Amino acid sequence: MLQYLLSRLLRAAVSIVMVVTFVFVVLRMSGDPATVIMGADAPPEAIDAFRKAWGLDQPLWVQYFAFFEAVFSGELGRSMRDGRDVVAVVLERVPSTLALTIPAFFVNIAVGIPAGVYAALHRNSLIDRCVMVMAVTGFAVPSFILAMLLVLIFSVTLGWLPSAGQDSWRNAILPIATMGFGGAALLARFTRSAMLEVLGQSYIRTASAKGLPWSAVVWRHALQNAAIPTITIIGFMLGGLVAGAVVVESVFSWPGVGRLLVVSVANRDLAVVQAVVLMIAMTMVAANMVVDVLYGLVDPRMQGQARAARR
Amino acid sequence: MAFVEIENLSVAFGRSMALRGINLSVERGEAVGLVGESGCGKSVTWLAALGLLPASATVRGSVWLDGKDILGAPKARLEPVRGGRIAMIFQDPAASLNPVHRIGRQIGEALTLHRGMTGERAKAEVIRLMDQVGIPDARNRINAYPHELSGGQNQRVMIAMALAGEPELLVADEPTTALDVTIQAQILDLLTTLRRDTGMAMVLISHDLGVVSETCSRIAVMYAGRIVEEAPSGQIFSHPGHPYTRGLLGSLPPLTGPRRRLVAIPGSVPEAARMPSGCAFAPRCDLSTELCAQVDPAPLPLADDHSAACVFAKPYQRNVHPVAGEGAFARERVLQ
Repeated sequence: MLQYLLSRLLRAAVSIVMVVTFVFVVLRMSGDPATVIMGADAPPEAIDAFRKAWGLDQPLWVQYFAFFEAVFSGELGRSMRDGRDVVAVVLERVPSTLALTIPAFFVNIAVGIPAGVYAALHRNSLIDRCVMVMAVTGFAVPSFILAMLLVLIFSVTLGWLPSAGQDSWRNAILPIATMGFGGAALLARFTRSAMLEVLGQSYIRTASAKGLPWSAVVWRHALQNAAIPTITIIGFMLGGLVAGAVVVESVFSWPGVGRLLVVSVANRDLAVVQAVVLMIAMTMVAANMVVDVLYGLVDPRMQGQARAARR
Repeated sequence: MAFVEIENLSVAFGRSMALRGINLSVERGEAVGLVGESGCGKSVTWLAALGLLPASATVRGSVWLDGKDILGAPKARLEPVRGGRIAMIFQDPAASLNPVHRIGRQIGEALTLHRGMTGERAKAEVIRLMDQVGIPDARNRINAYPHELSGGQNQRVMIAMALAGEPELLVADEPTTALDVTIQAQILDLLTTLRRDTGMAMVLISHDLGVVSETCSRIAVMYAGRIVEEAPSGQIFSHPGHPYTRGLLGSLPPLTGPRRRLVAIPGSVPEAARMPSGCAFAPRCDLSTELCAQVDPAPLPLADDHSAACVFAKPYQRNVHPVAGEGAFARERVLQ
């Protein structure tokens, strides 16, 4: 198991290097930060001085290796806007984001999985169809449309909930509802199809032929097997806990990591963008590791692979 | 009355008929072979009898178990029958076992259900059952997962699970089709031994007439959702009455005598939704006449314990009441 985890860690490190490289290249190809930050009509000397100060006058590969060195020594640099340490800039936003994404994550699971299981068990029933219509809607409607729709109904028309800001817990309800609905819809669809697939398997027929009541067939034999593909989706959601709120935070002016990312990209604040993306990549990779471990717990065939990997 | 008597069982999936009136009985302790091509309804017959078909299937007829009709019975009456009186094992043992549960647990589940055993007692019985079906090192294998065992071992686990409920009838649905030939013989031997030791009846479903004739005393041949011939194993070989049975025999390679070419039956089984009028086998039959396209023959007795559903089948035993001549029409039955 240890070696299995180590090989996963190595793969994770490779993913992070690739993400960092990608961000480095794309940001430097998409515009000159010196002009954006100093303004297009800034005197050339000022721009040169800015470039020198941030190392932007160095050849690209020098900047690239300097950046890697910084990453591995934990020095991610300072914000080009206000000169503060980017790690601090990013970390102070994390609690706000988690205040939205963690409740939304629980809504996803608490609503999505039971809805998907129920729909699969009552295939083609009225409730199944309703669940599927909701799921397809949640899947197809972009979150910013849903967010604006909710604002229109609950803030503008009914006046029940605030539409923007972070003044009280009531501000969090609409963003959580937006993300909760979208995620629950996705999870319901996947759970339903995973469950239908499992219910068609031969071992379910065996369990029934053995004389087990249907409820025991579902609880003991179907759910654990259907959990295997569903865990993948939950893993994605887990990875999105930090990054998943980019759009929703922007719509509701919620001062989280996602909004910081959008603002920093617009300002070409390279150091911040790199730090945010690095953090997102790390949470994604960590979530994948969690998924791998969960797979091993739920599916004994994966443990077999782990054993094979050790040999 | 026989232990199990299936009476006029028909199954439809939507508009296509999978079974078109099956009549079959199984006596206590008897071994019956059910033979036919894929898709002729062999498995569906027993899945329907035990109520294991999806809800989309329309099932009609009766299945008498010890004189009580269990077809469409409420769950509370069917569940003790499944695995407790009639157990079933399936074609692909690896897929028929739950991949995420240990095999000991899967066998033990049947013990708890049908014999109320739990804990150490159940564990000891699981080990005994695994020994009985020839799984070596049962005490340790009890903790194995299905993917850690071979196909043959998994089928032995399935058989142990079936035996756990001490059933009076074991329905073995193509138990050796997915296995290597050498393993096939071992599993068939095991089934024969177990039947001798426990006295349970067995229905062996197979597409292989050779396999069935070695294991069973009586054979029913199915074609397109109906039983077309039924006789003791010996008589199926000595006096095959239905052209389809003769076709199946012709496709068996003989082990003795001069070499000959195997004869294939031309064409394929008609689709359930496009059943020809008259005899379902007529389009593939070299004896077929105009009459065959008009009448759907009912089983005609050829001897005491032998019947075939063909208008040309001739009785070969004197004491069977002859129905020839006008009989051809007496036994005709027009398709529903």
